[in-house]
Amino acid sequence: MKILVPIKRVPDPQTNISVKADGSGIVTDNVKFVINPFCEIALEEALRIKENQGGAEVVLVSIGHKVAQEQLRTGLAMGADRAILVLSETELDPAVTASVLKKLVEQESPDLVLLGKQAIDDDANQTGQILAAMLDWPQATFASKVEFSGDKKEVTVTREVDGGLEQVAFALPGIITSDLRLNEPRYASLPGIMKARKKELKEIPLAELAGDAAPRVKTLKLAPPPKRAAGRKVETVQELVNLLHTEAKLI
Amino acid sequence: MATVLVYIEHAHGKLLKSSLVAVRAAQEAAKKAGGDVTALVLGQGIDAIASEVGGYGVKQVVAIDDARLKDYVADLHARAVAHVAKDKGATFVIAAATAQGKDFFPRVAQQLEAGMASDVTALNDDGTITRPTYAGNVLATVSIETPIKVVTVRTTAFEPAQKAGSAAVEKAALPADATSKMRFVSFNETKSDRPALGDATIVVSGGRGLKSGENFQTYLEPLVDALGAAMGASRAAVDAGFVPNDLQVGQTGKVVAPQLYIAVGISGAIQHLAGMKDSKVIVAINKDADAPIFSVADYGLVADLFKAVPEMTDEVKKLKAS
Ligand SMILES: Cc1cc2nc3c(=O)[nH]c(=O)nc-3n(C[C@H](O)[C@H](O)[C@H](O)COP(=O)(O)OP(=O)(O)OC[C@H]3O[C@@H](n4cnc5c(N)ncnc54)[C@H](O)[C@@H]3O)c2cc1C
Ligand SMILES: Nc1ncnc2c1ncn2[C@@H]1O[C@H](COP(=O)(O)O)[C@@H](O)[C@H]1O
Repeated sequence: MKILVPIKRVPDPQTNISVKADGSGIVTDNVKFVINPFCEIALEEALRIKENQGGAEVVLVSIGHKVAQEQLRTGLAMGADRAILVLSETELDPAVTASVLKKLVEQESPDLVLLGKQAIDDDANQTGQILAAMLDWPQATFASKVEFSGDKKEVTVTREVDGGLEQVAFALPGIITSDLRLNEPRYASLPGIMKARKKELKEIPLAELAGDAAPRVKTLKLAPPPKRAAGRKVETVQELVNLLHTEAKLI
Repeated sequence: MATVLVYIEHAHGKLLKSSLVAVRAAQEAAKKAGGDVTALVLGQGIDAIASEVGGYGVKQVVAIDDARLKDYVADLHARAVAHVAKDKGATFVIAAATAQGKDFFPRVAQQLEAGMASDVTALNDDGTITRPTYAGNVLATVSIETPIKVVTVRTTAFEPAQKAGSAAVEKAALPADATSKMRFVSFNETKSDRPALGDATIVVSGGRGLKSGENFQTYLEPLVDALGAAMGASRAAVDAGFVPNDLQVGQTGKVVAPQLYIAVGISGAIQHLAGMKDSKVIVAINKDADAPIFSVADYGLVADLFKAVPEMTDEVKKLKAS
């Protein structure tokens, strides 16, 4: 089995994000970048599938600046077999990202593409689904459990949806996107880090794969959201309930 | 004349409130583009829902009643929406940003070769679109560059549509060759008699501070029920297995904006705030006076929740009895 795992480099979820004064982007000075948490979960799942099935190839891909090498190296240290970096200077929309991934799927012929459900920078939640539509593949988004049939040709995925958990099944090849509770990603081990240095990390210019794909959505401006006015502290439960009754008129 | 197509999600034979929110957003889009709204209902045995939607100020309702659409599967539902969108010449296709909308609308967009904006909070007069990014820390203004525009709308950002008129229902058909590569297996529903998170005027959420699922039952649920509220939770509480996954409020869970949001034993990480900071009034109960949740709370109580919450339940009951 071959599994393709697209990972995106994003600001650490713990950092405070602020917008540049001219609204052209976010302030990146002193911001730490990491693998998008959902992609890390997707990678962990791919590694577990590989371990459980006694072999599979896990191929990482990231589209972005050269610095995304760092995240790919981390993924290789976690246990992925090789990595592809598609070099792009500009931020792409999910449709262009998916069209690049489609080209790679055609070249690599994976049985499964495991993505994050959402990148925590653009919060789009689109790429996996668009890719599935481009390939006319089945999809299971928001996965919290992935189980293969005995012959490994079919997969049943438990999905976190409104009101409960849904199960959907399909024959491979297909697309799965990870939710938070799919697994807890491992840390890269020291031997893993050593090994990762020797693993293949191939770079491909965007133009080779994007073809004539043009962004369908343009970001014009970024702005900070309106701030909530500061509230006040109350001393007792009685005071709180009283205020909710008389001032806020909600109870 | 522009046609705005709005997808109507339903469950258990009932129209969802989130669908009425999508209708309202579609009406806004139609007004700005000088067009009208067509609502689309998919499923099996959907006559009642189709005619009900017709009563919410839409020009027309299209219904595809087909056994292949009985259970929700993303690929076939996307095909059906794209099929009707093309047939009607829709230039705007809208759904609510529910789990289902998020799941299959990107597929709809691709089938229409359209650009898509997710979780939209405003359709601006100049045709641009506003949507939150970076866990709500940034508001992005975007423009969709394709002739057809696809959006999912955040359900807290628009009011539900009001009753008006009664539009005719047109039956449409799914192409005969349309099949799914996916098989719906089962749905394990979280049973609850409480209001749904998105529908409630009051939400009480618990966090890791509750320490166990049992404590949710013993301490939080009596307050939730005394207030007639919906119950929510932080990711940490869900991850720890205290409560079911669909109660998670936040950047990657549900977004709520009730009249009153009470956060109990929740620290207030940005990912949590992203899901509740547009609530009208926020109350925080936390023993740590420096917890970030207090920076968004209208009323903050620094206290041990195991003492404060039962007290509050009593006070609320007293007040309601008087
Ligand atoms: C990719 C990603 C996505 C995420 N998405 C979400 C999301 O959608 N929603 C979400 O909520 N989080 C999300 N998170 C997690 C988020 O970063 C926080 O870890 C989480 O919200 C913390 O939950 P908590 O406040 O319950 O727990 P903690 O941060 O541990 O806070 C517990 C609080 O309880 C208080 N407390 C403890 N005991 C008592 C007591 N006896 N009385 C009163 N107070 C007490 C403590 O003072 C503390 O403030 C996400 C994180 C990542 C990386
Ligand atoms: N630039 C990128 N490089 C690699 N993978 C990406 C990129 N952008 C998005 N993805 C993948 O698509 C998922 C969803 O992203 P999004 O649709 O932007 O929310 C991510 O979790 C990644 O798995």
